[in-house]
Amino acid sequence: MTNQEIRTFIENAVKENRVMLFMKGTPDQPACGFSMRASGALNALGVQYAALDILPDPRIREELSAVSGWPTIPQLFVDGELVGGSDIVMEMLGSGELADLLGVEQPAPSEAPAPEEQPRQAPIGIENRLS
Amino acid sequence: MPTSDELKLRIEQALPGAHVIVEDLTGGGDHFRAKVVSNRFDGLSRIQQHKLIYDVFGDEVGGPIHALSIKTQTPGDGR
Repeated sequence: MTNQEIRTFIENAVKENRVMLFMKGTPDQPACGFSMRASGALNALGVQYAALDILPDPRIREELSAVSGWPTIPQLFVDGELVGGSDIVMEMLGSGELADLLGVEQPAPSEAPAPEEQPRQAPIGIENRLS
Repeated sequence: MPTSDELKLRIEQALPGAHVIVEDLTGGGDHFRAKVVSNRFDGLSRIQQHKLIYDVFGDEVGGPIHALSIKTQTPGDGR
């Protein structure tokens, strides 16, 4: 697998999934607190999203940052556009902007941060698609 | 190992006039939180605002600076 192939895979994932989250680990088993918060925000809103674990190959992160111009993980894309990392996602969850962007109802404040909720969609695995 | 004072200074140098608070979240010199108030952010999206801060540190973010949490505001911003 060449770097170019990884980059093309990333670009297609962003194009083909309206809500695309690149993270460390998976929504079921996030491998970093920041990734957990970002996937937890999406779970709290009950939206369908695709998630890709960047950990299996360091080149995934390199190519992702080259594509997005964003240095850290997680990275959330909606409609092909980078929305931001966990700080921006959490800020937008709190303000209701994330719900607006995703076209869903803002949950009641008490249920807003709920990282423990089950993800609605199984993550896509890079090891399955790239090998 | 970077310190919060060093990060604060570098952000202030890159964005003259900015009001900057940097905390070392773990005391370990690798997880930081920066709050930056600057009129340079006027008219920029959140993404663009955060990128201005990330750009100060380049490859160090993800390297020696393992995590940098950012909150940006403009002076007139009530947030």
